[in-house]
Amino acid sequence: MDFSDINFSLLIASLIVAATPILLAALGELVAEKSGVLNLGVEGMMIFGAISGFIITIETKNPWLGFLCSSIGGMLLASIFAVVTQIFRANQVASGLALTLFGLGLSALLGQSYTGIKPVAFPDMHIPILADIPVIGIILFQHDFIVYFSIFVVFLIYYLFRNSHFGLIIKAVGENHDSAHALGYNVILIRFFTILLGGALAGLGGGYLSLVRVPQWTEGMTAGAGWIALALVVFASWQPFRLLIGAYIFGGITLLQLNLQALGLEINVALLSMSPYLVTIGVLVFMSARRNKNSLEAPKSLGKTFFGL
Amino acid sequence: MLKIEPRKNRSNFLEVSAPVIAVILTMIFGGFLFLSMGKNPFEAIKLIFWDPIMSPTFSEYSRPQLVIKAAPLILIALGLSFGFRANIWNIGAEGQYIMGALFSGSIGLALYPLDAWFIFPLMILGGIIGGIFWAMIPAILKIKFNTNEILVSLMLVYVAEQILALASVGFLRNPEGLGFPGSRDLSKYPSASNPELIANSGIHVGVICSFIAVVFLTYFLTYHRLGFQIKLIGQAPKAAKFSGVNVNYIIIFCLGLSGGLAGIAGMFELTGPAGLINIDFNVGYGFTAIIVAFLGRLHPIGILFAGLLMSLTYVGGELAQFMLSIPAAAIQVFQGMLLFFLLSTDLLVSYKVSFNLGTNNSNPKSKSE
Amino acid sequence: MSDKGTILKIKDISKEYPSVKANDSVSLDLEYGKIQALLGENGAGKSTLVKIIYGLVKPDSGRMYLNDMEYRPKGPQDARSKGVGMVFQHFSLFDALSVFENIALGLDNILEKKELKKQIIDVSSEYGLSISLDKIVGNLSAGERQRIEIIRCLLLNPKIMIMDEPTSVLTPGEVSDLFLVLQKLSKSGMSILYISHKLEEIRTICTKATIMRRGRVVKNCDPQKISATKIAEEMVGTSFSSPKKSKIRKGKECLQINNLSFQPSDPFGIPIKNLNLKLHHGEIIGIGGVAGNGQEEFLSLLSGELKPSNGSLFFNDEDITKYNVVERRNKGLLSAPEERLGHAAVPAMSLTENCLITAEHRMKLSKRGLIDYRISKNLSDRIIKKLDVRTGGSDALARSLSGGNLQKFVIGRELIQNPKIFIVNQPTWGVDAAAASSIRQQILDLAKEGAGIIVISQDLDELLEISDVFCALVGGQLSSPEMTNELNPSRLGMLISNSIE
Repeated sequence: MDFSDINFSLLIASLIVAATPILLAALGELVAEKSGVLNLGVEGMMIFGAISGFIITIETKNPWLGFLCSSIGGMLLASIFAVVTQIFRANQVASGLALTLFGLGLSALLGQSYTGIKPVAFPDMHIPILADIPVIGIILFQHDFIVYFSIFVVFLIYYLFRNSHFGLIIKAVGENHDSAHALGYNVILIRFFTILLGGALAGLGGGYLSLVRVPQWTEGMTAGAGWIALALVVFASWQPFRLLIGAYIFGGITLLQLNLQALGLEINVALLSMSPYLVTIGVLVFMSARRNKNSLEAPKSLGKTFFGL
Repeated sequence: MLKIEPRKNRSNFLEVSAPVIAVILTMIFGGFLFLSMGKNPFEAIKLIFWDPIMSPTFSEYSRPQLVIKAAPLILIALGLSFGFRANIWNIGAEGQYIMGALFSGSIGLALYPLDAWFIFPLMILGGIIGGIFWAMIPAILKIKFNTNEILVSLMLVYVAEQILALASVGFLRNPEGLGFPGSRDLSKYPSASNPELIANSGIHVGVICSFIAVVFLTYFLTYHRLGFQIKLIGQAPKAAKFSGVNVNYIIIFCLGLSGGLAGIAGMFELTGPAGLINIDFNVGYGFTAIIVAFLGRLHPIGILFAGLLMSLTYVGGELAQFMLSIPAAAIQVFQGMLLFFLLSTDLLVSYKVSFNLGTNNSNPKSKSE
Repeated sequence: MSDKGTILKIKDISKEYPSVKANDSVSLDLEYGKIQALLGENGAGKSTLVKIIYGLVKPDSGRMYLNDMEYRPKGPQDARSKGVGMVFQHFSLFDALSVFENIALGLDNILEKKELKKQIIDVSSEYGLSISLDKIVGNLSAGERQRIEIIRCLLLNPKIMIMDEPTSVLTPGEVSDLFLVLQKLSKSGMSILYISHKLEEIRTICTKATIMRRGRVVKNCDPQKISATKIAEEMVGTSFSSPKKSKIRKGKECLQINNLSFQPSDPFGIPIKNLNLKLHHGEIIGIGGVAGNGQEEFLSLLSGELKPSNGSLFFNDEDITKYNVVERRNKGLLSAPEERLGHAAVPAMSLTENCLITAEHRMKLSKRGLIDYRISKNLSDRIIKKLDVRTGGSDALARSLSGGNLQKFVIGRELIQNPKIFIVNQPTWGVDAAAASSIRQQILDLAKEGAGIIVISQDLDELLEISDVFCALVGGQLSSPEMTNELNPSRLGMLISNSIE
């Protein structure tokens, strides 16, 4: 085997790019889950974000507007989930599945005339001085805005739950919605907010996929990324920095797998393509086996419907 | 704000009418969807819901298709519904469906061109085992490590799709297929084929199996201890434990049942309508069946009707695609809408809902004595 | 600080729910600097009234005046801002969060962390409410949790503090600590509305009492000047025959618990440590103690829902440690857990279906796995008749029954199966007096027929009334059994606080 064709620093840099869509989506889901909402519609919101951003970018030639619209798209889809689960009190698992099926269909419908087109390139931002540091410069300081933004969101969410009063309220709602209600907090309103935020971030992640990571539109292009984001939240035990690490490890595996395929090794292509999913299962098993001993992390009201009684 | 109180007693009328309301709402909103695409909504709805059954031009082709497409949906949804009742969320039926087809297909292809009566039954068995095998992975991981079955079963769909691809271009490829992907056509191998039993009716062994399964599982759900225990776990897990229900056993049972039925559906599809194993063998029945299960209110009889209705949207959707060039994806959106409306109307079934305007605090009830 | 005068005036408040008129033209005056009691049985309408005062429930009609100004709270936040605070019976705390976070959540204005910490320390030292801010609430005792609630309430400088059954989960020691705090507060001018159904407590600290029955105020009085019997009569309305304890002959030993231990996987669970107990035929053992000391775990270990980490169980000399729930039930060991809806019964199932939960095997409701609903309905009908359960019939859903009637059904379901051993947790919790006395009579009758019975209860009066032997369960440990008729109140208090010798 010959690995020397793989440039190490470029590999790490593109690993970060590969991880960014999942990272963004998982961050959104983390906030939603912290407030007690299990939204299995991440995949649907991501792909809808991917197509909305793509269409706008093609039509306006402005990727910034595209990213904005991809998060609005994700938010729109999330608002359906919010209405169905928070106002009509429908089962969150079933509603999340419905959202994914709906999002996949809707994006395929909208994207029919957009296959095979290339969007306007989204420029990288070379951070002055830092970008010129050998190795590290390439790895860390020559990325585009969204990559930096995703890392900023990691810090933001860390701060939110660590130090802010609003974050505390979100946690309280997720831990025990009845107590939060008794204290006078509006559980449904807060969950509405976290669901929409989750949708915006998932949509943005999807937009990054179709505008930068690939970059073009194909039907079903998320290929399970939304589900992997859900698994990452479990892996990270609802902690933003662990999520960052998890997403980058996962990005690494995806990339390695693609690179190995490109190298034309004797390993079967299908076996390599299934590796990210197998790794996800392995990680889930590892985390749940460990969690048996210490089940403190998961929000107590996760997935439970609040009836406001 | 909505004011919500649990109903004191069950309403059979609402349980039946809620899905009907959902279907009507979907037709209305679907109509707007078609209108926004510049199509005549009335014509589109008529093409989807009416013409496949009643139109003299189309029904000859459509009616058999209706049955052919409903059979796998009903089989898979029946299995899923038992798990969903017990809050065991197998959403990887698509993968189990593929594995059922692969297992049974491998048996059939291994025995080719032997002519024997036992090949078809053996393949059915292979389909069941393939589906169960794939479903046992999330089941055992859930029991052993409390791993989330939703994510595991779903990840396994992607794995199964890769194995399917591997099989189509590799170990199951037709040696006489000039290097094209895909296996031998099993529907043309008499010992392994699943032919139409009555000409132009669409009815094959799988269709009959799905009807038998509906009857049997209705009885099972109502009268068998396991059916009761499944309801118990879903509604009150603590009461189930108090009653002595073995939760692990129920997990194995529910995932096994849904896996087995998905596997058998894959087998019938492979040996009949599909014919051969190829990369595009699976068309999403495993996911649509989730909608079917909920649309049927998780009850076997309801699933029978829901499966036929969902099949109608497929067949009618094809017609609409053909006649009005409404893309297939629009039908998927349509189906997704149906599920949303259904889940929302569910609230009306078990809760009494009233609007009280002007106050922003939902009135806490129930705990006051 | 004024001694006299009314701070809160409630006039003709009514609130009707679909099934019951919870408040029927209730009027009440709360005075400055007083600890005033609101008394009544379960279901008398006390909780509804305080929820109205706290803005959680809107009344159908009637008015309230706070300092002679019309008071109509839009919600709890509004009530708090107007100086009305509340300490709940079931604490509205978040187990996974720290003490500090819990307090911060209860405040309406957001303060700087340092400033808030300083205020908390000030308040807690002023009233002797010791607390450590960084602890996780899930690990605290009931008394400590209540202190958090009180501090949270005090930080808002309320003029009125409502306390809903504050002592129901406290040990006697914690109760006297609480009373000291309350007296300090009332001296500093705060008015306290104290809700309880425990007469002795009210006679100790309250100088005015309002008694409610079935949604109406039936009497205002000074509890220190009127006898407990008189108050009890007003609360209950009619008199009930208390169960008669017949002289029992203790039979052979039927259940032996040896070194039973349990280590919970849940970090907030209660471990059970080395339990030893012998139960005889015809004997009733009362297990007293405050909630959250391992009662639920103890019952689950005996019923078979939980597996012990150590120790053994013998049923008539047969080792049943490894038997599961169904095998134990088949032997004749039956149980009724505390939580009616969701544990003992399924809310959305009919009574016929609810019979199947525990009676399927013993009463042969199924044959080769197939359920015969006729037999089950028949059984349900018999339970309804035997225990006088007020319901629409066996097809009624469990959640449509009132608490007392469902409790009768749940206990009746076990009694009708002729248990050899019966274990019950909180048999009369939330049940009206008439139903409670009938349930107790049924338990006594069962013992007379020779069954061995363990009654777990937080109601010490109940245990003294029906049990032969008394043990206290404290922190997952059981005190050594003592004859009930030899116990005096101070000994009892010692047992259920923490002084095990």
